[in-house]
Amino acid sequence: MTEATGHLISVTVNGATQQHVVDDRTTLADFLRERLRLTGTHLGCEHGVCGACTVIVDGAAVRSCLMLAVQSDGATVETVEGLAPEGELGPLQQAFKDNHALQCGFCTPGFLMSVTAALREGPVHGQDHARDVLSGNICRCTGYSGLVQAVLDASKETDGD
Amino acid sequence: MTDHAGVVKGMIGTSVARREDDRLLTGRGRYLDDLELPGALAAAFVRSTFAHANILAIDADAARELPGVIAVYTGADLMEIQKPLAPKVMHPKLRDYPRLPMPPRAVHYVGEPIAIVIAQTRYLAEDAIELIEVDYEELPAVGSTAAALAPGGAMAHEGADTNVAVRLTQSAGDTDQAMRDAPHTVSAEFTVTRGGGHSMECRAVAARHDPATGQLVVWDTTQSPHYARQQLSTIYDMPEDDIRIIAPPDVGGGFGPKAQFYGEEVVIPWVAKKIGRPVKWVEDRSENFVAAMMERSQTHRIEVGFDDEGHLIAVRDFVEHDQGAYCAGLQVPSITTSTVPGPYHVPNIHVELLACYTNMVPTSSVRGAGRPQAVFAMERMMDRIAEHLDIDPALVRERNLIQADEFPYEVGITFRDGSPLTYDSGDFPALLSGTLDRLDYPNLRARQATLRAEGRLIGIGIACYVEGCGLGPYEGAKVRLTNRGRILVTLAAAGQGQGYETVYAQIASDALGLGMTHIDVTTGDTSKIPFGQGTFASRITATAGPATYQAAQQMRERLTETAAVLLNCHPAEITFVGDRACLDGDVDKSRTLLELAQVANIGKHGITLPKGVRAGLETSAYFAPERAAYASGAHAAVVEVDPDTGGITVLKYVIGHDCGNVINPTLVDGQVLGGFAHGIGNAMYEEAAYDADAQPQAASYLDYSLVSATEVPAVELFHIHTPSPLNPLGAKGAGEGGTIPAPAAIANAVEDALRPLGAPRINHAPVTPARIVDAIEYAAAT
Amino acid sequence: MKPGRFTYHAPRELDEALAMLHEYGDEAKVLAGGQSLMPMLNFRLARIDHLVDINRLPADLTEIRWAADTVAIPALVRQRHVERSPEIAAALPVLTAALHQVAHPQIRNRGTVCGSLAHADPAAELPTVMSVLDAACTVVSARGTRTIDVADFFQFHLTTAMEPDELLLRVRITLPPPGTHAAFHEFATRRGDFALAGVAALCHTDPAGVVRDCRIAAAGVSSTPQRLTGVEDHVIGNTLDDTVIAEAGALARAAVDPTGDIHAGAAYRQRLTGALVRRALTDIRTQQEVTGD
Repeated sequence: MTEATGHLISVTVNGATQQHVVDDRTTLADFLRERLRLTGTHLGCEHGVCGACTVIVDGAAVRSCLMLAVQSDGATVETVEGLAPEGELGPLQQAFKDNHALQCGFCTPGFLMSVTAALREGPVHGQDHARDVLSGNICRCTGYSGLVQAVLDASKETDGD
Repeated sequence: MTDHAGVVKGMIGTSVARREDDRLLTGRGRYLDDLELPGALAAAFVRSTFAHANILAIDADAARELPGVIAVYTGADLMEIQKPLAPKVMHPKLRDYPRLPMPPRAVHYVGEPIAIVIAQTRYLAEDAIELIEVDYEELPAVGSTAAALAPGGAMAHEGADTNVAVRLTQSAGDTDQAMRDAPHTVSAEFTVTRGGGHSMECRAVAARHDPATGQLVVWDTTQSPHYARQQLSTIYDMPEDDIRIIAPPDVGGGFGPKAQFYGEEVVIPWVAKKIGRPVKWVEDRSENFVAAMMERSQTHRIEVGFDDEGHLIAVRDFVEHDQGAYCAGLQVPSITTSTVPGPYHVPNIHVELLACYTNMVPTSSVRGAGRPQAVFAMERMMDRIAEHLDIDPALVRERNLIQADEFPYEVGITFRDGSPLTYDSGDFPALLSGTLDRLDYPNLRARQATLRAEGRLIGIGIACYVEGCGLGPYEGAKVRLTNRGRILVTLAAAGQGQGYETVYAQIASDALGLGMTHIDVTTGDTSKIPFGQGTFASRITATAGPATYQAAQQMRERLTETAAVLLNCHPAEITFVGDRACLDGDVDKSRTLLELAQVANIGKHGITLPKGVRAGLETSAYFAPERAAYASGAHAAVVEVDPDTGGITVLKYVIGHDCGNVINPTLVDGQVLGGFAHGIGNAMYEEAAYDADAQPQAASYLDYSLVSATEVPAVELFHIHTPSPLNPLGAKGAGEGGTIPAPAAIANAVEDALRPLGAPRINHAPVTPARIVDAIEYAAAT
Repeated sequence: MKPGRFTYHAPRELDEALAMLHEYGDEAKVLAGGQSLMPMLNFRLARIDHLVDINRLPADLTEIRWAADTVAIPALVRQRHVERSPEIAAALPVLTAALHQVAHPQIRNRGTVCGSLAHADPAAELPTVMSVLDAACTVVSARGTRTIDVADFFQFHLTTAMEPDELLLRVRITLPPPGTHAAFHEFATRRGDFALAGVAALCHTDPAGVVRDCRIAAAGVSSTPQRLTGVEDHVIGNTLDDTVIAEAGALARAAVDPTGDIHAGAAYRQRLTGALVRRALTDIRTQQEVTGD
């Protein structure tokens, strides 16, 4: 078997374009966490179901455990660390806080990224729609009711602009 | 949505926003795998692929030669730490088999760790694992309690003559005679399946040994850092002060499995010490599925005797409990046996439980901890009584409930803490009637009849429960005025998302009479407080809460006394304005907290303290409850069943909840609703299936269904508050009440919905679509 | 759960990709969306030496291509792109409906239509829907191009008629004639899970309301999507009245021979298949009434 070779990639993460050499098999999630030390992206299942590792790549919410770092060459990646300037909360983050939409917080970054992508596609109307938007992420702590309300509140906020 | 009327005013009882949230919302949480440990190596375990086998040989030569691999140890390489991990809760008659950290000779469940690889990265460690060859001698395995108890069946442990670990019994009255005399009896068999904790963060352990100080620092996602230290101190034969266990500031959920102590927690620090490098092991989900402890699997054969009006006369319950491959503790079966009578008058009761060894991962507490199964059995029987007598199931419950003026109520049997099972306080009729009111129950029944006539399968299910919580032995808190002039509350307890940093600042704030902004809370570090038990059994608010309150009251005395000396007045004349201790509220006659620290803590080198000032502004308190407190509740579900698919739609769900006085209402709601989602999982989705050879069949989230936002229905939640007389805060536990009765409520509702189809029986949790359709077909065929 | 060692290739041209597949044969695997392959790599269930990532191939593989009476979905068209295409929703609403039920948006954002077909999971939505459409798979290799009718494409669980050196370049669907309606219905334990069973049905009806062509395929009951030809034959020549629909359901139930698993037994899946056939045909009847066809 061929020894892993290095690939030079150029990737824009939270607005900053940077070059790195990555090996063949490192996942995007591990690259973000280990190399860039953006540890807000969490690994909950590593098979694409729990959603804790969700990030936004070229505008689309994706599982960073199911992408290779080398595949992000030329891509724009957004992670939870980029949602608001340091020391501030964005409207969605504030809605999570106001509605007790998090407890242990481990799944939270994935939810934030999924909902951020969904709200960019349009407003969320009603409980059922909110639950649909949330259904690709798993939370074991909250029972989702705070999350549902947070999505609706944040949607109102964005919609009202 | 919820109503918390009647709570104490002050910071206690206020829905303060959580201090934890900002860091968690911005990706700046500090979970174990996020911690920077320079030079740390990655660990991965070789795990048994057989449920029961002897290990004949392990060939790790190829793995050791793989570039990037630092070391490989088999169990036999680490004989010095192969000491049994003792059961947490014992029984004198327990047949105990040693659970070794990494057994060298035989394995008893799929997933048991048998060797460890230390490598530069987890990728390389997993590469090495693929190169390790284990030669097993496969032995017959036990894949269920039924198989465990089958005559002539396989033994979970070689050489054993029985798979029974222990027989636990609870008795009050003369059940045999009462059952014989009862005008009516009904009996049934119910089974509840294995399910897991499934915290979103799996387990993790990292360790670093410093030869210069002899200190072994262990970061551990444990719910019980002091328990882990005690175990390691014994196994390593090291002084406890040389072992520092730190539960990281952020832990991604616990739910019970992280309260247990595992072989991996023994192996990782030892290996770090042995090779002189920090080592980190982060359990991945595929390991978590087979190696983290689970719970729930029980079979209940229950018989109830009752009169014409449905009054309970006798209950007899025979329980098979799946202990798994080893006994990690008897807490769960003990709790089951004492939870059966629930909120009802049961004059005669006999509960007999056989805890069985099987070749599956050991069981221990998972949110609910033995209670959901007991409630499932009892609450299903309340519905069967109603059906038998053709009276309303709510009425059967009303007629049997313990009344609000009967507390303290002695049930007649004992609780797991060894005390007579005594309910401290409650108002069960108010919980039930409040729940029924919110359903508009009489009209709902009428509407159900109308819809049934149209062919729709609508069902209503009720389940009541009592939850022993706030268990001893004790929990502690230290309060210190730091030399920087801030109040620091130190808890032994470690949080996993409950909001300790917020809640304990609220409690300390009221006791100190000082604003929360001056108070910090730190948790879960054995080097900061000597004694502790851990976060489990919905116990922390009712134990660490009073401890914090008392230590903070003592601190207030110390602060006012010190300020009074400096301001030349009586301590009673001191009040706080901001961070100033003021004489009669006058900020011009005051000392700041920093100034008090400078006098009493820092002092002046070689100079005598001012007369009357006591040195060292530090207090501590340990609160040891006399016995368990009892939270209670009532759940009700309205469901519609689709007979074609077996799909269940939950149309409405009401929860009535009583956990005594509440510190932070929003966080309590979060606990109840989160617990409820777990309960819905147990009721309808989650099933850690094993086959007859004890091979796990649900080892990914494709096969094990965790509920998402689309599966969890909206809930109408209300609270009543009957304070516990057993602690000064009047608090009880809130962590598990959402979970406990949900499977019973859903199953009752489904069976009620199906009643027009010839009364198909729903005897199994989770109630899956396939089980519903099978029950319908069975009823149609018989 | 970290993938094992492999060599990653990102060819820029199709010929280059095909040359790699030719050279490495069954030691290679194509990476498109990766939403099935990556979990298998993370679990170390799939063992491959060469990963040929086709995501750097020319952009013409990322766009849906329309012709007079066909639509082609090339190898790099994401499921989400098709799901959100108004043209697809107008021409092939059954495809849109089925895509809504494939996992979650985060998966569909990466996952490709062709990738799902090439993965050939018999419980998946897309292979089943394609089985009732006039769909043909264009596969290419260094040896040449060939077209495989969808009826011959799925061979077994996770196995297609493609050779290891072949790449599914596009699936081409002939647009159904007016008077055609189709439906997809599935039942899954949890939102986004693989279905316990699923049914795709398509009927072409004449102006009198008589079904002239009918195709029904079931998911999750066999090692490939299963065409229920006996049921189809029963429906053809009839109008979709309650009796015919009920009979079709009963025939479907008897026509499938699924295996049980931890989620549901065989008998349940049979009954469910019957119910889903009834639902799909009832859905089609409703569509006929709405459009007046």
